[in-house]
Amino acid sequence: MNDLLSRWRTGLSRTSKAAFGRVASLLGATEITDETWDELEALLIQADLGLEVTHAVIGSLQKAVRTQGLLRASELQSLLRAELRSRLSEPPLIEWTAQPSVILLVGVNGSGKTTTAAKLGQRFQREGKSILFGAADTFRAAAVDQLQVWGDRLGVPVVSGAPESDPGAVAFNAVQSAIARRADIVLIDTAGRLHTRFNLMEELKKVHRVVSKALPGAPHQVWLVLDATTGQNALLQAKAFRQTVQVTGVILAKLDSSARGGMAFAIQGELGLPILFAGLGEKPEDLQPFDPEAFVEGILNA
Amino acid sequence: MFETLTGRLNQVFDQLRRRGKLSEADVDAAMREVRLALLEADVHYSVVKDFVARVRQRAVGAEVSKALNPGQQVIKIVHEEMIATLGEPAPLNLSGPKPRVVLLAGLQGSGKTTAAGKLARIFRSRGERVMLVAGDPYRPAAIQQLQNLGQRLDVPVFTQSGVKPPDLAKKAFDQAEKGGYSVMIVDTAGRSQLDDALMDELRAISAKVKPVETLLVIDSMIGQEALRIAEGFRDAVTLTGLILTKMDGDARGGAAISIRSVTGVPLKFLGTGEKLDALETYDPARLASRILGMGDVIGLIEKAEAAFDAETAQKSAEKMLKGQFTLEDWLDQMRQMRKMGPLSQILEMIPGQMGQAARNVDPQDVEKNFKQVEAIINSMTRRERRAPDILNASRRRRIAAGSGTQVQDVNRLMKQFRELERMMKQIKKTGGRGLNRLFG
Repeated sequence: MNDLLSRWRTGLSRTSKAAFGRVASLLGATEITDETWDELEALLIQADLGLEVTHAVIGSLQKAVRTQGLLRASELQSLLRAELRSRLSEPPLIEWTAQPSVILLVGVNGSGKTTTAAKLGQRFQREGKSILFGAADTFRAAAVDQLQVWGDRLGVPVVSGAPESDPGAVAFNAVQSAIARRADIVLIDTAGRLHTRFNLMEELKKVHRVVSKALPGAPHQVWLVLDATTGQNALLQAKAFRQTVQVTGVILAKLDSSARGGMAFAIQGELGLPILFAGLGEKPEDLQPFDPEAFVEGILNA
Repeated sequence: MFETLTGRLNQVFDQLRRRGKLSEADVDAAMREVRLALLEADVHYSVVKDFVARVRQRAVGAEVSKALNPGQQVIKIVHEEMIATLGEPAPLNLSGPKPRVVLLAGLQGSGKTTAAGKLARIFRSRGERVMLVAGDPYRPAAIQQLQNLGQRLDVPVFTQSGVKPPDLAKKAFDQAEKGGYSVMIVDTAGRSQLDDALMDELRAISAKVKPVETLLVIDSMIGQEALRIAEGFRDAVTLTGLILTKMDGDARGGAAISIRSVTGVPLKFLGTGEKLDALETYDPARLASRILGMGDVIGLIEKAEAAFDAETAQKSAEKMLKGQFTLEDWLDQMRQMRKMGPLSQILEMIPGQMGQAARNVDPQDVEKNFKQVEAIINSMTRRERRAPDILNASRRRRIAAGSGTQVQDVNRLMKQFRELERMMKQIKKTGGRGLNRLFG
């Protein structure tokens, strides 16, 4: 646990100095004024929490201040921490009831799906599972090769198809191959697609459908890989993907960048999608289960 | 959540039907909406503050023109200010001794490699001899990705394994010089501006090959951090331009405003699709509309203008107003609309709530529907097309058989046409005023 938290800390330390480092000075031993609220608004918006969540957080803090008769800005700090924490849930335990369990990774272009697939593969492998990769991104140049390199490094078999071939067929073959090899987990990497592209979203629907034909009940998990630097568009992405392929959870990639990933609040709050993992660096072990305390702590820079 | 700014401002000003100067109270109410619109577009908090202050100053006391309502007047001022902030698109600077180096930099996944391919294509079409340099030895298969693009474009890609990117860039440069290449595009690994080692590497690459253009490639979906990222890259190397990628999505792209207004780095290209020809220079007015959430109305109008045969349009408009709109005219109109380009693209340009609705339409369905309509109308006699009232049951059966459809399809089409006729009459009555609402 200590090790885990420290990884979060190193991952986030570079990022937390900036905006939320100001929390401490903002919420110092002064009186709560209109300016305090303005500054707080600025901080939350700059962390990409979005207008709606920011105003909801401030509203509930203001209410608490009124009912508890608080006067000092310093007293807001723990309130703010608790308020933010209450808006995030622990990631649910992933149950591997099916064999193989099929996980579909989806997301927009460049969000980090392939890298995340590799990291997840290694993580589950270390938990003693046998893994198979399905390289269903037949569109982007060399995407299959990218996953193949990871497969070779990790000793994970990769099922792929020819460039421009039908991604549904690749997904189908991957699941079938996993059944034959008695693999525990199939990670299917799909092509990045903007959620506004109707045809590409239909294609994804088809991949989903084909997978369920290869194995009834599959895919057991559909994970949306979201770039932590994304702003307000993240919510639209999550909505669209959830509607198309029943996303079951979100992975926040690139949280080690300077962005704070504040859109996680809206996605969890408005869509009820849990944040499952966070990418905190380039190495496979840098993908960690989402830790809401560490996440809030990291952005508040306690 | 993403209501259009125009709609919201019209709400603000709904009660005010008077003319004259914009009062301070009017402007303040409007500025609240402008501020929200900009924050929703991911424009940086501090940039929004400055921008709103500037617009407020210009708007208070401004005369409301006769042609506009107060809401439109404010929009006009906001729009103008935003266009001024964005500035004219700066051309690429390809001067000096050959080979001229274009260096691409940015975060992971921002779209550098794809942008490199797209730029190579543009340069080649201008008659340059282009070489691509694969400067990302870190991400698995990144080199291969660029090689694939090079193959598709028939542009050579310089690679060498086991060489550090700055040395690799230098070697590539020497080879380009020897080989008589005029442009060399260096793709680099994605990096965070906070990664000191990788930023040093970028600096070293830049020092070795002295690029004429160093372009920051940035994802249009990026949030508030865009500004800090751009500042970080600007501090490390001399940025000469910005490429905003994935603009074919529905992100508003407020980063353009933030980066432009704080760092002064001009926007040079927009990435508008996955295909290699999807790189465009930008139009400030159109981008401003998009950031403000007003949809790409101007783009839509331009496409319509380009596709429309003015004479035919004029004729059918006249007929519409005279109430003489026939099935033949309708077919003409539909054919012209199809000339505007792939329907999926057109649908995405429609702003506001209508745009939301349009995005839920399956373009393939629409295409199919169109083909059916065309077949049905083509199966009618001339007389039937001009006077559809004569269409009795037996004629409808004949038309259905002739067009390979069902009688119900013919009936549905006629119902749609009657509906259209009714709308035309409505427009005739209101003199076209209702049409503005379309883009509210």
